[in-house]
Amino acid sequence: MQWNTETFLELIRTTSSQLPEDIEKTITRAQREEEKGSAARFALDSIVENIKLAKENGRPLCQDTGSIHIYATLPKDADENAFREAFCLAIGSATEKGYLRQNSVDPITGKNSGNNLGPGSPAFHVIRHAGNQTEIRLLLKGGGCENVSAQYALPDKHLDAFRDIEGARRCILDAVVKAQGKGCAPGILGVCIGGDRTTGYEFSKEQLLRKLDEPNEDAVLRKLEEDIMRDANELGIGPMGFGGKTTLLGCLIGKLNRIPASYYVSVTYMCWAYRRQGVRLDNDGKIAEWLY
Amino acid sequence: MVILETPLSGEVVKTLNVGDIVAINGTLITARDLLSKHLYEGNASPIPLKSQALYHCGPIVLDNNGEWEVVAAGPTTSARQEPFAWKIIEQTGLKALMGKGGMGEKTAKACKEHGCIYLHAIGGAAQLLAEKITKVKSVHFLEEFGSPEAMWEFEVKNFPAVVTIDTRGNSLHHDILSKSEKALTALLP
Repeated sequence: MQWNTETFLELIRTTSSQLPEDIEKTITRAQREEEKGSAARFALDSIVENIKLAKENGRPLCQDTGSIHIYATLPKDADENAFREAFCLAIGSATEKGYLRQNSVDPITGKNSGNNLGPGSPAFHVIRHAGNQTEIRLLLKGGGCENVSAQYALPDKHLDAFRDIEGARRCILDAVVKAQGKGCAPGILGVCIGGDRTTGYEFSKEQLLRKLDEPNEDAVLRKLEEDIMRDANELGIGPMGFGGKTTLLGCLIGKLNRIPASYYVSVTYMCWAYRRQGVRLDNDGKIAEWLY
Repeated sequence: MVILETPLSGEVVKTLNVGDIVAINGTLITARDLLSKHLYEGNASPIPLKSQALYHCGPIVLDNNGEWEVVAAGPTTSARQEPFAWKIIEQTGLKALMGKGGMGEKTAKACKEHGCIYLHAIGGAAQLLAEKITKVKSVHFLEEFGSPEAMWEFEVKNFPAVVTIDTRGNSLHHDILSKSEKALTALLP
C-alpha cells in the first residue's frame, strides 16, 4: 500500500467544506418546518445558504475546524507509521491552504503550533483487520459543541436518574437543556451508555460515524433514540437557541459493558456543521469510494 | 431587517428589541478569549472602541503576499467572555457585542446600564459571514496571541445577526432557558 498525502488532503478539504448527504438532507427538512419570518427560520435559511457557499468555494463550513479525529481501518500488514506521517503532512498542508484553522495550542504557554500538529493532535484511532480493505474516516469537531458535551455517573439524585434506560433518558435530556443553543443547535447527539470515563466518551464520539438515516440495530436503543428526538424537540430551544421546533437533528446511541460499581452515560454534542467524511482506498492509496 | 451603521448611534441602538434581525455596515473588531482578558485587565485598546461593535470571532485569514484574505469568519461562543465583557462595556463605551450562544446576567446588566446590545450571529455560518467582510483594515496582537485570537479590524457590508439582549436588559437566552427548563420538568415527572 502506497500512502498518498494528496488523497488525505482531499479528504480533509472535503470534510471541512461539505456536509455528508444524510446531514444536509435532515437540515433542509428542518428548515421547511420553521415558521417563515421567525429567528429560527432565519438561522436555518442562513445555514442552508452557508452549506451551499462552502461547497461551491471548497472552503471551511465553519472557521472552527475543530479537533481532528482520524478513524482508520487498516490491513494487518500496513505500515502504520508511514500512514501517520503521510496524514500529518496533509494536515500541515491543509492548514497552509486554509482548509483548517491554526487550531493546536499548548495549554501552558498558549503557543499555537501553527500547523495543527502537537501532542494529541491529530487523534488517531486505528483498528487492524485481517482483510485487505483500507478505510479512513475523518471527524472535525468544533469547540463550541465539545464544550457542552457531558458525562453522568448514575445514580444522579438531582435528576432522579437510576441505573436503567429511564435514567439514561433523563441524563440525555438534561444535557440538551444545559447545552441550549451554545453547541450550535440544532445538534446531533452521540451517546454511550456504560463503559468507563474514557471509553464512554470515546464510544459516544464514535457513534457520530453512523449515518442518521440508518436505524440502530438494537431495538431498545432505537426506541430510546426516537424518544429523545420527540422529547428534545418539544423543549423549544430551537436553532441557535432562538426558540423553535428543531433542537436536535439526530440522536445516535451505543452501549458498552460496565463494571458493577459504575454506570456512566456519556453525551457528545455535535453541532449542525457535522463534518464527517470517509474514503475507501485502492492499493495505490487513491480514493476508490466515498463512504458518506 | 434593520440596517445598523458603525459607529453606532446610542439612540438607534435603544430602539432595538430582542428578536430583531439586523444587518451591520461599517466596522467589526474581533475579540476573543485572550484579547477580552487583556482589555479586562485595563490595557489600552489599539483601536478606539467607543460606539463600536466587538465581534467574538477567531477567523481563518490567509496572507496572500501581504494581502489579507478572510477565508472563514463565523462567531465563537460568547459565554467564555462573560467574566470580562461587563467591564469592557463600562470602560470603552462599546455599543454592541456580537458572538453566538448568548451571554449571562452580568453582561445583560452592563448592557442595560450603558446602552449596549448583544447580537447573535449564526454559529457555523463561516462562509456566508466571510462574504460580508469586504476588507481587513488592520490587525493587532497577531504575533502575541496567534491568528485566531488576534484583534482583526474588518470592514463589513450587510453583516446579519439577531438582537438577543437589548438595552432594557431583556434577554432571549434567559427566556428560552426558563421555558425549556419548565418543559423538561414536565417531561421528567
